[in-house]
Amino acid sequence: MNIRPNAILEVDALERRFDVSAPWLNRMIERKPRRTLRAVDGVDFVIQRGQTLALVGESGCGKSTIAKLVTGLHPPSGGKIRFHGDRDRLQMIFQDPFASLNPRWRVGRIIAEPLRTLRPDTPEDTVSARVDELLRTVGLAPADGLKFPHEFSGGQRQRISIARALAGEPEFLVCDEPTSALDVSVQAQVLNLMKRLQKEMELTYLFISHDLSVVRHMADVIAVMYLGRIVEIQPTMDLFANPLHPYTRLLLDTIPDLDAPKRDRSPMGGEVPSPVSPPSGCSFHPRCPLVFDRCKQERPERRAEVHDRRVACFAAEAGA
Amino acid sequence: MSDIVLDVQGLRVEFPTRKGILTAVDDISLQIRRGEILGMVGESGAGKSMTGMAILGLLEPPGRISGGSIHLSGDRIDTLDDRAMQAIRGRRIGAIFQDPLTSLNPLFRVGDQLVETIRLHTDLDKSQARTRAKDLMREVGIPAVEERIDNYPHQFSGGMRQRIVIALALCAEPELIVADEPTTALDVSIQAQITALLKRLCRERGTAVMLVTHDMGVIAETADRVAVMYAGRLAEVGAVEDVVRRPKHPYTTGLMGSIPSLRKDVEELQMIPGSMPRLNAIPPGCAFNPRCDHAGPRCRRDVPRITEGDATGAACWLEQTGTVEEGAIA
Repeated sequence: MNIRPNAILEVDALERRFDVSAPWLNRMIERKPRRTLRAVDGVDFVIQRGQTLALVGESGCGKSTIAKLVTGLHPPSGGKIRFHGDRDRLQMIFQDPFASLNPRWRVGRIIAEPLRTLRPDTPEDTVSARVDELLRTVGLAPADGLKFPHEFSGGQRQRISIARALAGEPEFLVCDEPTSALDVSVQAQVLNLMKRLQKEMELTYLFISHDLSVVRHMADVIAVMYLGRIVEIQPTMDLFANPLHPYTRLLLDTIPDLDAPKRDRSPMGGEVPSPVSPPSGCSFHPRCPLVFDRCKQERPERRAEVHDRRVACFAAEAGA
Repeated sequence: MSDIVLDVQGLRVEFPTRKGILTAVDDISLQIRRGEILGMVGESGAGKSMTGMAILGLLEPPGRISGGSIHLSGDRIDTLDDRAMQAIRGRRIGAIFQDPLTSLNPLFRVGDQLVETIRLHTDLDKSQARTRAKDLMREVGIPAVEERIDNYPHQFSGGMRQRIVIALALCAEPELIVADEPTTALDVSIQAQITALLKRLCRERGTAVMLVTHDMGVIAETADRVAVMYAGRLAEVGAVEDVVRRPKHPYTTGLMGSIPSLRKDVEELQMIPGSMPRLNAIPPGCAFNPRCDHAGPRCRRDVPRITEGDATGAACWLEQTGTVEEGAIA
């Protein structure tokens, strides 16, 4: 099952630690130890060409750190990222369309930048023709290239971000919460655009989101993260039909369901612990309804059950 | 006495600017009863927060109420001066805002902030107020109250901080709580805990709650009735199950269709073309008409309204009169 000829990205035992120690002087005076935060702690997954893998989890689970590791914005502290493609054809779309576009540049220049950087010998008239084409692809008009980012709404700005990402003819896009800052009706426009582009250009997405309903709509495979680890990875429909990890069940249980209004529920207590001092063993054990002794001491590994379907949970392994 | 806690009739909020007067809230009428949660939903700029702020008397100048009335349990409050309004805020109307870190003073222990608020609004002495603060903290689900009461806000997690803010809002047992995006800054599992808490408190104490949020899921889960706002106006008001399952206004229909479902599979999400007009460019007639598939001559001429405070229905000519033609008479 290890032969995956069509894999575009393989991530293996990926780790990223951040030093969050107090300053040297404080450590000396107050005798505080060095502290490290394991933002990403032994993560592995594979993305097939043309597919969408979603990383989902609550804030601080490490999903955005993975985006930065994959795009090379952070070097990993351990593990391997193997990208079977052209590094130049890997692009990123960020969450905040207000912060990720240079306010002093005209939109046309913003979109042309990857072209000018990656293919510097492109003639100027080809560049501008390409910018016009990209603006049309994302549903804007060529005349919009002369405007500045502040003249656009949030949804339009995210379209500009997408056009910029497409300029370098990418095969792989890392999308970090691309619609979280948008209103739902605008989100629908952007998600539809992303799906259409994926089909037309055979793009592969690493899609990061905290919103399970968005992820369900977009992803082929979903990896659920908790405190720097992937606790479960399954094809989308299987994950929703048969969640294996208790944390996945908690998440699915707590998202509001529009098809069942006024539902009364007794939400599970507890909160995500600090990643600086994660609980021993399985880091979910203090909140887990299925916890037993072994969970407190030993860290469960994600056992390969079937192709693309793994869960890191002793209780799930035992068939609970 | 009737059980209508909040009665808003024909409320208008305006912002005079150099380029003319912008109407942020345009003729809104609604009512909330004892123990009822009314959800105010809409996209950014729809005027939902502005409505909440007008009720709290916290409009930032030059914003002002330019029409209509607001009654709290029969007392008119929109004409009160700042000082009188200050006495009502906290005592009769509690407020919960999005970011719990900015609602709490970082320099004071949470217990002291609770005690101060309780003593401001009641006759309790210091030790009685402290006992009451502990009771409130327990009621909103904070564990180990005896230790936590002397912690500072930064020592609490986001969810716990929002619980403290809710406890603060409850100090004087207000008749009405205005909660503006109370769960937006929180993760889903914490969000569920907070909405469950709001629901329980509302039910047990009979407090009326105005829940302002952009999140239809939170509304569906929490509210009894929903008011959908669009471009400063009410688009639709109704029982939550009706608005969610059988929306009447084309905007609500589009809004519901654009949310990815947890059960149904669709290749493409429904889209509402275009975006909400800016306040300085609201089209004549129905504000939604340029984006509406059903729009006719009437929609481009006359503004459809939901007039009655307790009415349910949609501000849509097609829905109200069955036709969008020019000569139609309502």
